[in-house]
Amino acid sequence: MSNPLAANPYSLKWLGHFFSSSLGRKLIMSLTGLFLCLFLFIHMTGNLQLLKSDGGRAFNEYAYFMTHFGPIKIVSYVTYFFILLHAIDGIGLALKNRQARPVKYAANPKGSSWASRNMAVLGTIILVFLVIHLKQFWFEYKFGTSVPSVTYDGTEYKNLYAVVVEAFSQWWYVLLYLASLVALSYHLIHGFQSAFQTLGINHKKYTPIIKALGWIFSIGVPLGFALQPLYLFFNAQ
Amino acid sequence: MKFTLKVWRQKNAKDTGQFETYNISEVENEMSFLEMMDVLNQQLIKEKKDPVAFDHDCREGICGMCSMVINGHPHGHQKATTTCQLHMRSFKDGDTIVIEPWRAKAFPILRDLAVDRSALDNIIQAGGYVSVNTGSAPEANAVPVPQDMAEKAMDAAECIGCGACVAACKNSSAMLFLSAKVSHLALLPQGQPERKKRVISMMKAHDEAGFGSCTNTGACEAYCPKGISITNIARLNREFLSAALTSEYEL
Repeated sequence: MSNPLAANPYSLKWLGHFFSSSLGRKLIMSLTGLFLCLFLFIHMTGNLQLLKSDGGRAFNEYAYFMTHFGPIKIVSYVTYFFILLHAIDGIGLALKNRQARPVKYAANPKGSSWASRNMAVLGTIILVFLVIHLKQFWFEYKFGTSVPSVTYDGTEYKNLYAVVVEAFSQWWYVLLYLASLVALSYHLIHGFQSAFQTLGINHKKYTPIIKALGWIFSIGVPLGFALQPLYLFFNAQ
Repeated sequence: MKFTLKVWRQKNAKDTGQFETYNISEVENEMSFLEMMDVLNQQLIKEKKDPVAFDHDCREGICGMCSMVINGHPHGHQKATTTCQLHMRSFKDGDTIVIEPWRAKAFPILRDLAVDRSALDNIIQAGGYVSVNTGSAPEANAVPVPQDMAEKAMDAAECIGCGACVAACKNSSAMLFLSAKVSHLALLPQGQPERKKRVISMMKAHDEAGFGSCTNTGACEAYCPKGISITNIARLNREFLSAALTSEYEL
């Protein structure tokens, strides 16, 4: 054991060492991943208001609230940051892990789920989807000029609902979303329970609960999302 | 029985290596996989060719020396079995068998199927021991060990350090090995004095050796010839996080 006690009693050097150690980097993946799971759940349930038959009023008021209420604005910046951190750390880890086996096998060992072996590929699909998704709705809503407005009780709102309805009237756009949600689902099937294992939470009492919750979450949340473009598409026909 | 063998041949660490195909007959179904390799080598020697170098020692499943990836399965397709305990009766007559070495940056190939697993020894040297004073043995009952803790420590201590976990892992991570060694000592009272220092030093040695990080795929557990569970990796994570965040040892 070569590590002596810290010579300098007050130093922050350890933080760098900690977050660059293989487990420190996994801790970042785990914590940001769990935070993003929470985000996904709130995003999905909030957007279920798209299914209301009120011409989009509830959804538009919700969109206004989410972009103008201070504490939520702060949380949204944290979310952008965590998405970037999760992606950058994930890509970095994937590249480093590839380097740990310079010569590949002729026949690859399995013994693990397909999703667990393809997290980086699934993550990349989700990242590409996010760019398209954010450009279409988030960017247009915040900075674009193409969003029409609508007036409820004398107050003017941006009519994001109209933009969403128009986007999902195109079949290929609906398909793009469905395909991305399948990738998300597989990403979550491994990621959700893996995040707890990384935190060291593997316990006879809790692991069965975590695994069950993981399955419900990984299928339920993408399904909830998928309902929205499907409903709007078939409603428009 | 007859087999077609595709065996990885590589002269030394610098050679690029390639597969060679050999046809082999006169294999008995009660032979172990290593005995089949002996038959192949006998045949190669008679043909005045270089025999295939492969690691082996006890040939009874306890030393951890044998190491072959057989048709993409470290130690073969049979669960919780070392290569030496794998028998030819579990193959079909006429099968083609692909035989590769453990592949990892941290395990450089010495020759053919033999790899240098010193990286695992380096991890042990970093802290996989307890420091005890020499002298007469202490009174055994002076240190109470709860039965369930003793069982868990023994389960972890079953690790024979063969490196199949590294070979199976898509990231060539040695976390299952490391977690078994850390768990074994962290669960016992004798391991307490050096508990935090140990896990920090061993994790550092693991990362420096060029092993990848754990992505919890579970492939290691599936191929471990001793059935070491990834619950040990969760324990390792707890041990490391608590040591890194609460002790004053440098990382």
